[in-house]
Amino acid sequence: MNIVVCVKQVPDAKDVRLDPETNTLAREGVLSIMNPYDQHAVEEAVRLKEQLGGEVTVLSMGPPQAQDVLKQAISCGADRGVLVSDRAFAGADTWATSYTLAKAVKKLGSFDLIICGKQAIDGDTAQVGPGLAVQLGIPFVTCVQKIREAGETEIIMERMMDDGYDVIAAECPLLLTVVKDINEPRVPSLKGKLKAKKTEIMVFNAEDVGADPAKIGLAGSPTQVVDVFPPPPRGERALLTGSIDEQVEQLVHKIAVYL
Amino acid sequence: MDYFLTEEQNMIVEIARQITDEQIIPNRAELDEKDEFPRKILENMGQADLFGVPIPEEYGGFGGGCLDIVLALEQLGRGCIGVATAFAASALGIYPILISGSEEMKQKHLPAVAAGQKFAAFGLTEANAGSDASGIQTTAELDGNEWVLNGTKQWITNGGEAQIYTIVAITDRSRGARGASMFVVEEGDPGFTCGPKERKMGIRASSTTELIFKDCRIPADRLIGRKGTGFITVMKTLDSSRPGIAALGLGIGQACVDEATTYAKQRIQFDKPIISFQAIQHILADMAIQLEASRALVYSAAKHIDAHPKDMSKVSSMCKVMATDMAMKVSIDAVQVMGGYGYMREYPVEKMMRDAKILQIYEGTNQVQRNVIGQELNKEYSRK
Repeated sequence: MNIVVCVKQVPDAKDVRLDPETNTLAREGVLSIMNPYDQHAVEEAVRLKEQLGGEVTVLSMGPPQAQDVLKQAISCGADRGVLVSDRAFAGADTWATSYTLAKAVKKLGSFDLIICGKQAIDGDTAQVGPGLAVQLGIPFVTCVQKIREAGETEIIMERMMDDGYDVIAAECPLLLTVVKDINEPRVPSLKGKLKAKKTEIMVFNAEDVGADPAKIGLAGSPTQVVDVFPPPPRGERALLTGSIDEQVEQLVHKIAVYL
Repeated sequence: MDYFLTEEQNMIVEIARQITDEQIIPNRAELDEKDEFPRKILENMGQADLFGVPIPEEYGGFGGGCLDIVLALEQLGRGCIGVATAFAASALGIYPILISGSEEMKQKHLPAVAAGQKFAAFGLTEANAGSDASGIQTTAELDGNEWVLNGTKQWITNGGEAQIYTIVAITDRSRGARGASMFVVEEGDPGFTCGPKERKMGIRASSTTELIFKDCRIPADRLIGRKGTGFITVMKTLDSSRPGIAALGLGIGQACVDEATTYAKQRIQFDKPIISFQAIQHILADMAIQLEASRALVYSAAKHIDAHPKDMSKVSSMCKVMATDMAMKVSIDAVQVMGGYGYMREYPVEKMMRDAKILQIYEGTNQVQRNVIGQELNKEYSRK
């Protein structure tokens, strides 16, 4: 089974700040990590490869330093890394990103399965996985918490829901997005780290993947971020105690002040 | 201090650090409380290739030297030397095979240990054979194509958890030190059982049991090396493994400096953090000095040992004594800096102090190490 895993390099959530001038995420001097959901996507792909054979390719769109997360995926068992990187991609929203990744996946050739993390912890949109599937014209299942059976042509899985889970069978080629419950990502192995050191990451630019300049980057993005601001701090809170009647009385007094 | 490690050595440190921070530290208190063997964590260490560090590449390992294993053990020891002892004892258990075993024996056992699929254990100590290994009572007699083992080993780390045991037994009592041989005994061999887990002061995540041999019959090819070479293999094994115990001392030392210093910065008494008082600063300074001096000796000794020098026993004993005496002292100091909180189980230094004690006892007491160093000095100066 040939699997493509999409990963994103994101700022470490423990260290996120907004640039007050531009209202965008301040990336200078912020530690970058592999998006945590994507670590679970890589782990699931490597487990499927160990079970069924085949190859795991990790794919990322981002600046040159995003090679680090591709190397990390290789140290955890992926076979090769592909970085799609071009200044022309800058400012891409989820639509333009899905289009660009779809172009890169087509360039890579045939695949049976694409696995993405449920969402990235910086943008939190959860749109790129489904967007990529739509661009490629393949089915997708989001929030997969367990793969029950995986064969070359069909996968039976559990999709996490608010009130339990659905059991879904879907034909390959197929795209899945996974939640953290699906597995526990492994620690990179020593042999994996040595392999990652030696493995050269393939880098594609916009021309290499045959992307239409009008559909990539800021120009290809229908979403424009008008304003970004930290949420206002929550007001003062108080917990009412006593019997229901006593609490109602206290509440009435509190509201009365504003009438 | 920067010890100018190689890129590969830094990789080993990173992997061991990640396992320590993410898997050992969050679980160590519970493992200690419940006397629980950390099988899952050890399996993860196997997957990360840590068990392969001391095993040559042709047997599925990394082919690392003494310093490589020291670096891994130092990190693991920073988390919990109970867990780290289970790991180290597996390496100890395969050293006799690595040092004196046949090619077939290496092919059979080393790849599974390198992958973390099988654990090993080393069986030397008996009720009447501790520091004095000549007191060994366990015997092995050849009967046709089989060795028959009888006797009881005591306080064997990884007992009941390992699948491969390397055992010292007397094959010819009349020949004294040349009458001992080493054997591979496997889990499930007829006549071989393990006793119940011992209840210990510290390193409670590790399993310690008796190994009982009652007419235990094993094939003739389980003999490690030649008959009568058991003590030579034992001495070479311990020379190779002692720096690893020193590394556990470094791990505890580092953890104690980290815990005590962090606490001293937060703890307010007399309206100031207690680290602003010289009485506390001097304790912390002495802890840091002893730790760094020990680390410098252990790393240097490990590099020296990788060159297989003639004075290997002396150097390996020196680093074991210094780093483990340091660990005991520094862990006592850490408890002192933290006062009543340090004595409570809610804080990790209480466990570190209990754990540290074993480092001065096992793999040769620090008194025996000083004997080795003294005897080697005596020999060296006789030649001058």
